[in-house]
Amino acid sequence: MRLLWRCMRIQNRIFWRTPIAAFFSLVFPILMLVLFTAIFGNDDFDSVYGRVTSSQFYTPGLAVYAAASSTYTGIGVTLASRRELGILKRVKGTPLPAWAYLGGVVLSGVWVATLGVVAMVTLGVAAYGVNIEAAKLPAMVVTFVVGAASFAALGLALASVARSVSTAVPMANATLLPIAFISNIFVPFGTDTPGWLDLLGDIFPLKHFGLAFGEAMNPFSDAPAFEWHRLGVMLIWLAVGAAVAARRFSWAPPVVAGRTSRRRTRAAAA
Amino acid sequence: MSPAVAVSELVKDNGSCRADDGVSFEVQQGEVFALLGPNGAGKSTTVEILEGHRSRTSGTVRVLDTDPESAGASFRDRIGIVLQSSGIDPELTVREALEFYGAAYSRPVPTGELIEMVELGEKADARISTLSGGQQRRIDMALGLVGDPDVVFLDEPTTGFDPAARRRGWELVERLASQQRAVLLTTHYLDESETLADRVAVLANGRIVAEGTPAELRARAGSALIRFSVPDSTEPVSDLLGPISGDIVGRDRHIEINTDAPTADLAHVTGWATERGLELAGLTVSTPSLEDVYLSLVEGDRPEALPDPDPKP
Repeated sequence: MRLLWRCMRIQNRIFWRTPIAAFFSLVFPILMLVLFTAIFGNDDFDSVYGRVTSSQFYTPGLAVYAAASSTYTGIGVTLASRRELGILKRVKGTPLPAWAYLGGVVLSGVWVATLGVVAMVTLGVAAYGVNIEAAKLPAMVVTFVVGAASFAALGLALASVARSVSTAVPMANATLLPIAFISNIFVPFGTDTPGWLDLLGDIFPLKHFGLAFGEAMNPFSDAPAFEWHRLGVMLIWLAVGAAVAARRFSWAPPVVAGRTSRRRTRAAAA
Repeated sequence: MSPAVAVSELVKDNGSCRADDGVSFEVQQGEVFALLGPNGAGKSTTVEILEGHRSRTSGTVRVLDTDPESAGASFRDRIGIVLQSSGIDPELTVREALEFYGAAYSRPVPTGELIEMVELGEKADARISTLSGGQQRRIDMALGLVGDPDVVFLDEPTTGFDPAARRRGWELVERLASQQRAVLLTTHYLDESETLADRVAVLANGRIVAEGTPAELRARAGSALIRFSVPDSTEPVSDLLGPISGDIVGRDRHIEINTDAPTADLAHVTGWATERGLELAGLTVSTPSLEDVYLSLVEGDRPEALPDPDPKP
């Protein structure tokens, strides 16, 4: 346990020293909430949650987007980059257990996701009068934990499938962004949205994450407001991600240019 | 006491080529053993098999009486690895990296001691990304030693160093060896193996083509080397070379004689030339260097230089 804690702390330290990661995981989603409410106003409209303010719609969705981005993209890209730099290979040659190292990376991603969600919800409640209720807080917490865990597993799967950083980054963006558009995150789905888009969104975990979290904040839902079937879909994705990672994860740097790869990355960094 | 490293008939097939083709050697505790060879000879592959980073095709490998391929954390607790291809988190400082990786070992060397050992004192709190190439290799070295290992693997430890840094790197390796550890280093620098190693194995095309102390290897070339060129216009040199006692390496009209009787052979050569009124260009007599032996071993083993005695299907 102390090993895991130590690994998570060092990963957190590295995260805060990587401003670009901190920007995309934390600042960017909050910026979107500010911009969306500034552009569309904060009036009531007919949404999946019933007639609520636009901030009541956007806050849970963007909170979940921040969580998915810091787990799925964050963990996937971090591990792909560590592998490319030969850091994973170094770790593999030390007595540090693999579970502790990977666990540290995952927990650090989940910790950043927690900060992102707390910041988003706090901003929503304080600045835009978004509704949260103590009785539905357990549903919010459980939904967050299940969602963050499944996106962390998908992040491990991403790092297993993508061999390098230069493939991990576009793969993460090319999956997360389009799916966010069909998952009631950036664009509210109305009654006239094509049914097949709705169905397509149902396949992926992001929509379930967002709607389950949103339902737990919805002023019209009854406590405890657990969306069990949505949690179930996320758990299936968790299993898929974990299975891919268990089969495909590799610690050795890609052998494109053999031993020169490290020197090239160092030269590029210098 | 059993050897720290024992390798017997190691074979590693990398699909199309054989990185190791029946390699055997032993490294004793307290010994510095160098695997010397050109790039692509199989040095790194061999070392990575010993570290447990790669699996082997066949053969026996024991490191600290353990098979690295199936070994666990307790094995890695006792070995130190300095690889060419393993990076360090660029966002961390020197001290942070040493503390983080050191904490994984059961008997970590104090961070301050390590920093002093690799002379990174003034950079202890600098991010690793800001270090020069040579400084990064030194923290690599420190990270390899952080667990106070019994066996240290150094894969080309001074590649990319400037001459002064190289000298300091050597001093560090010598200090390691004086602490009764086994050190297995790979290098393509002859002077490095000659300075550091108690024993050297020359690896070429996945095979050990020579093994011994640097002095033993040097002795393979005879006690003296006579070199000269004969002018183009002269008659065939067979009557010159006939009575020579040493080994003759002729390249066109540039002739090298490896000999244990340099006085007699030199007298014959100069006598032959004086009779004909010839001046032998570039005539020198020298002690053969390890480099001469190495080049003849490594070049002699190139498949294109020799007809393959045992063609592979």
